[in-house]
Amino acid sequence: MELTINGTRHQVDVEPDTPLLWALRDTLGLTGTKYGCGVAQCGACTVLVDGQATRACVTPVDSVAGAAITTIEAISEDAVGRKVVEAWVDKQVPQCGYCQSGQVMAATALLKQSPKPTDAEIEAAMTNLCRCGTYNAIAAAVRQAAQG
Amino acid sequence: MNPMQPSSMTTQLPEADVLNLSRRRLLGAAATGLALGLAMPRAFAQSAAAPKIGALLTIRPDSSVHFRSVFNEGGQGVFTAVAQMIGEELDIDPSRFVVSGASSGSQYHLPGARAFTGGSNSVRSSYQAMRKLGALARQMLIQAAATRLGVPATELSTEPGRVIHAASGRSVPYGEVAAAAAALPVPADAPLRDKSTFRWIGKPVPRLDVRDKSTGKATYAIDLKVDDMLLGAVQHAPRLGMEPGAVANEAAVKAMPGVHSVHRLPGAVAVLANSWWRARKAVEALQVTWSEAPAGKPSAVPADFSSAGHRAKLRSMPGNGASGETVGDAAAAMAGAKTILEATYEVPHLAHAQLEPPSAIARFNADGTLEVWAPNQAPDMFQADAANIADLPSERVTVHSPMLGGFFGRHFLYASANPYPQAILLAKAAGRPVKLIWSREEEFLRDALRPTYVTRFRAGLDTDGTPRALEAVVIGEGVIGRWFGRRPGAADRSAVEGIAGKAYAIANRRIGHLHVTDPAVIGFWRSVGHSMNDFFYESFFDEMADAGKQDPYQLRLKLLADKPRHKALLEAVGSLSGGWKRGPYSAADGTRRARGVAMASPFGSEVATIAEVSMRGNDVVVHDIWVAIDPGSIVNPAIIEAQVRSAVALGLSSTLLEEVVYEKGMPSARNFDAYPILTPDRMPKVHVRIVESGAPMGGIGEPGLPGVPPAVANAVAVLVGRRPRSLPLANFRVT
Ligand code: FES
Ligand code: FES
Repeated sequence: MELTINGTRHQVDVEPDTPLLWALRDTLGLTGTKYGCGVAQCGACTVLVDGQATRACVTPVDSVAGAAITTIEAISEDAVGRKVVEAWVDKQVPQCGYCQSGQVMAATALLKQSPKPTDAEIEAAMTNLCRCGTYNAIAAAVRQAAQG
Repeated sequence: MNPMQPSSMTTQLPEADVLNLSRRRLLGAAATGLALGLAMPRAFAQSAAAPKIGALLTIRPDSSVHFRSVFNEGGQGVFTAVAQMIGEELDIDPSRFVVSGASSGSQYHLPGARAFTGGSNSVRSSYQAMRKLGALARQMLIQAAATRLGVPATELSTEPGRVIHAASGRSVPYGEVAAAAAALPVPADAPLRDKSTFRWIGKPVPRLDVRDKSTGKATYAIDLKVDDMLLGAVQHAPRLGMEPGAVANEAAVKAMPGVHSVHRLPGAVAVLANSWWRARKAVEALQVTWSEAPAGKPSAVPADFSSAGHRAKLRSMPGNGASGETVGDAAAAMAGAKTILEATYEVPHLAHAQLEPPSAIARFNADGTLEVWAPNQAPDMFQADAANIADLPSERVTVHSPMLGGFFGRHFLYASANPYPQAILLAKAAGRPVKLIWSREEEFLRDALRPTYVTRFRAGLDTDGTPRALEAVVIGEGVIGRWFGRRPGAADRSAVEGIAGKAYAIANRRIGHLHVTDPAVIGFWRSVGHSMNDFFYESFFDEMADAGKQDPYQLRLKLLADKPRHKALLEAVGSLSGGWKRGPYSAADGTRRARGVAMASPFGSEVATIAEVSMRGNDVVVHDIWVAIDPGSIVNPAIIEAQVRSAVALGLSSTLLEEVVYEKGMPSARNFDAYPILTPDRMPKVHVRIVESGAPMGGIGEPGLPGVPPAVANAVAVLVGRRPRSLPLANFRVT
């Protein structure tokens, strides 16, 4: 099967129902995308599929063949992604950091779709779990990235 | 209190004996820079073998500073804090540091300290030792620069990262004299800076790990890879203590794509494959007949254990237990009281639910050594245990300590709750390195839980409403006793902390612990006993205030009249929240709101918390939480503030939502869908004020938590007119 990840085509030899998350982590060694729950509850595995925030743990690879997949590894190649990362650093968002790849991807997808999101849009888009409770800082960083 | 070490550990460590390792050529480092290690004289005396000494601190030719921290980073900011402490005295910007977790082995110990991340103890216990290490290294660099510049050392000073000769205007970067400094003896002593001249200690220095964590570059145990490794997944026995019997479809599973082998382990079956997803699919396809644990098997979970049944048992236990604190004569004082008040509180088991599922890599090397990579808060304890499992002397085993994707007490040594023993057995069986990951479902099945407790209170009030006597009995099992040996007839510190040790002037008190074995596997959970006991006590305090017709904030002030540190903190949180008001009152958005207040004294710090709450049907909505924290003195206010917010979130999550429910000896929830944790939409605005009273340095990672459950519950009681006496509040009904 062929996947287009961060602008590069990769042949992956996996069963078609394999979750994209494990093709990324196991087969391609892209471990920036995290496994937290495997059942679309936590958002640690968030990647962009054609610009949309997508939970890779429940996305079979055969459903995204031909789509443009972006992972955290390519975040700094994207203008919106760079802004989000700078806001994340400026607001010192991460604690343990384990959820933050997914948070940064979710924020990037939001700001690509809605460059000046309302508080309600932020609340609707930023639903990923953070066990370290960085939610106040995440909201502040999203607002800052939207301004910058 | 630190749950796992004697209380003396919370005091300063003895000063370090610093060794110049580059000079001894133990590391072959003389050519590349200055490498300093800390010697542990007592351990040397006890050990017949020559001590291994590792480079704690290395200064490279590019002037970067590399430090191996025996305290592991899991979000609490300790890597940044050690860079601040060392950098302050070494005179180099903390941003020039690269800090990583130390492996097992005494070469990384600080004198007197165990390799141990817990009890909110890392920074406060190592503050002097870290600073001295930096100061000695600075002296050596000055000495080397003196030779290089041909001037007496007394004419030299430093600016961040350079030695300066003011008279001639010349300067040398540290990196350029690091190799020469490596040839010098370690000076007998070096003066420490005066606090008033600190540039980095006490300042909101940016964290060292934030950029990597914002770009997916930080690596955790689950991300690591070694050559030729197989990936492993397990299916645990549904009830702890059962063993695998017949497997109906082993041949079919072995034929699944990528499968290498199928294994039986104590209490589990495992599959090794060429990817984790394939291993997981295969192991979950195994049709296993599980045999019941033989009667009396220790640590087996009884087949009839249910949470509801066990708590009914706790409620029905008679007696006052062993004394954890006795002051005055509570029984006699009770007899003379005008009003007697009684209440019973309870809390459920809790899961850690750190976001990184546990994993481990085990590799047997050709030279007969074993290496293990595993998330851990105590590498030496893991090393000893791994050596036992592998049947190797412990010096042939190394445990590496990757960055932790959250911990909250999850990664101590808990038999049956750590994956590395399975990884070792599998690597041995397969003759290849194995990386084992527990799925989230297996993690919920085998986590070591915060224990469940019931606590009975009795108070006697004077005619003016002042409490004159207080009795409490905490019923359940203490975590220290579970893992470090129970002392029959004595109260377990981890069961009574937060009810014992309160600052209020109540002249007669007796706090007891009534031991009842917890059928579940229990462990340390962020703030340990304080995670439930401050909820119990500070809620009951409001009941006492109500019964005596006193405002709960004013009654706290009154009973803290001769405790200036606590009184000041309570006043600080009052003013931070815009002045104490209990309510109920109407907010600008039309909601009816109330506030609750609570005090806690956890881990050497003092905390005062106020929460503002409204109700939406049966749901508790928390709008704002104000926290005033007094850790005595501080290293990084930005990290403290972030840790308080984090602890508030976890405390609120446990207040509102969390409960591990057992039925028939098995937990009902196996993932976040059935074990909800705090979501972003329920996160209140958190406001933090740090008060530096100058008291001995207290902990930071845990203290923000314990005040939250009672502050919220006290506000709910005002709004609803009825008191919640059990958590989570998701089960509380308004009508
Ligand atoms: S791992 Fe995909 S949502 Fe949790
Ligand atoms: S930073 Fe730890 S889970 Fe979000």
